[in-house]
Amino acid sequence: MPWDSPLVTKLKKQYGSGFEAQTYLGQNYLRVDRSLIPNILKQLRDEEQFDYCVDLTAVHYPKRERQFDIVWILYSHPKNERIRVKTEIAEGESTPSSVDIWATTNWLERETFDMFGIRFDGHPDLKRILLPDGWKGHPLRKDYGIIQQDQEWVQINLGIESGQ
Amino acid sequence: MSDRTIPVSPLDLDTPEKTYLDANELILNMGPQHPATHGVLRVILRLDGEKVLGLECVIGYLHRGVEKIAENRTYTMFNPYVDRMDYVAAVSNGLGYCEAVEKLLNIEAPPRANYIRVILTELNRIASHQLWLGTHALDIGAMTPLFYTFRDREEILKIFEKYCGARLTTHAFRIGGCQYETYEGFEKDVKKFVAFVAPKIDEYEELLTTNRIWVERTKNVGTISAKDCIALGVTGPVLRASGVKWDLRKAQPYANYQQFDFEIPTGQNGDTYDRYLVRMAEMRQSLRIIQQAVDGIPEGPIMAKVSKVMKPAVGEIYHSIEAPKGELGYFIVSDGSTQPYRVRVRPPSFVNLQALDVMCRGQLVADVIAVIGTLDIVLGEVDR
Repeated sequence: MPWDSPLVTKLKKQYGSGFEAQTYLGQNYLRVDRSLIPNILKQLRDEEQFDYCVDLTAVHYPKRERQFDIVWILYSHPKNERIRVKTEIAEGESTPSSVDIWATTNWLERETFDMFGIRFDGHPDLKRILLPDGWKGHPLRKDYGIIQQDQEWVQINLGIESGQ
Repeated sequence: MSDRTIPVSPLDLDTPEKTYLDANELILNMGPQHPATHGVLRVILRLDGEKVLGLECVIGYLHRGVEKIAENRTYTMFNPYVDRMDYVAAVSNGLGYCEAVEKLLNIEAPPRANYIRVILTELNRIASHQLWLGTHALDIGAMTPLFYTFRDREEILKIFEKYCGARLTTHAFRIGGCQYETYEGFEKDVKKFVAFVAPKIDEYEELLTTNRIWVERTKNVGTISAKDCIALGVTGPVLRASGVKWDLRKAQPYANYQQFDFEIPTGQNGDTYDRYLVRMAEMRQSLRIIQQAVDGIPEGPIMAKVSKVMKPAVGEIYHSIEAPKGELGYFIVSDGSTQPYRVRVRPPSFVNLQALDVMCRGQLVADVIAVIGTLDIVLGEVDR
């Protein structure tokens, strides 16, 4: 369902196409073109008071041409409001880091990189966070099986044939 | 951005520049098998003598791929798994997940179920804070509070056990309400517990609040400002101790918290001592909520009408609750099938742990222990 509000009107005027505002079950979200990141995020923080980045994550749609949705969940302490910002990127594409905007995204971007293999340009230290450094593959991609693992890593580092 | 004070650059962990007699910089490894890290947390410290110049956390030792498992289970089947994240507050995890799916399905739990949910969740909040207090005090060198808090936490676990058969990973709630009706004497037990534990909380405070050693070890230790907390996404008692009066139970009430009268305790200095005071006050507020809930619990059904095969419409939802450790959120994407397309858990411990670096810079090594304790992290939730 489309979503309309003074904020949306204002942003639409500014960005025109490449921007879509929707609402579902009472929760609002913006679909924005990748080229608008990080400007729109910066604007949301500085002008619209979304001072707290609750979460950053991704969703993988292997059948789509641009396979990944990156999702920022934002909250505004002064307004007591939530909003989600989503952008689509293709396999191998990267997106600008938002660590400069919300320091909390440091680890969240590392986790998204770890789980999906999405690169964030300008991140100060983009490396794996939950899985070991030498691990191959990104488990939250849809083509990564649930019992799949990096056999080689397991054999070398744990000294067992298989972790299963 | 120029007003940033938070160090985001990675820590230089190579050989210190000055390694001769004029300086004593060194890199020290703490954990992952260290009793004071509350699980398997590894911290690499860069020190100048006893002073911490910076640190890096190495996590992931308990990673079980909870989010991946969710994509391969039905909505109902995934429900017990969430208990294994923050296993000292399993009831809160379950509440957050069930409510998120209920929102996605557009159903609501009946009033009686909400009352049961609130009572159990608040009991669990007290249990979580008691466990935190016992272990935190033990880390700092006070052994007695551990015995006191575990003795009293046992009473909560007994209520859980009588209610649903499990003490820790309770799986107390179902999507749409509660599976079990309260057992006979439940209300009596809860009332008895409230009367029993109120003076016990005073007892804990008697041991610590004015204790000279405790005050010396916690005041002005691990200080963090409200601004830094918000920038780092820190929530829960840590945020409130820095003076931000924000609690999801009030800001965006879920279950039926809007019906209860309670306050949000806050601190001013954002140090370890204030966080201690905030959590102590929170336990008392939880008791107030439990008392009101058990007095006002209505009769009625405990389950909403939910079809056995759950197929939420295509769409997504983010729902979060105030867990004992902070904002616990679930972001669920549905593709219209019986299994969630994606479940993202927003863990409070993981995000709060990121603040450890900021809080420890300039402190002593011994204070790192105090700060890890005061953050109240559960590694099961950090690593998922």
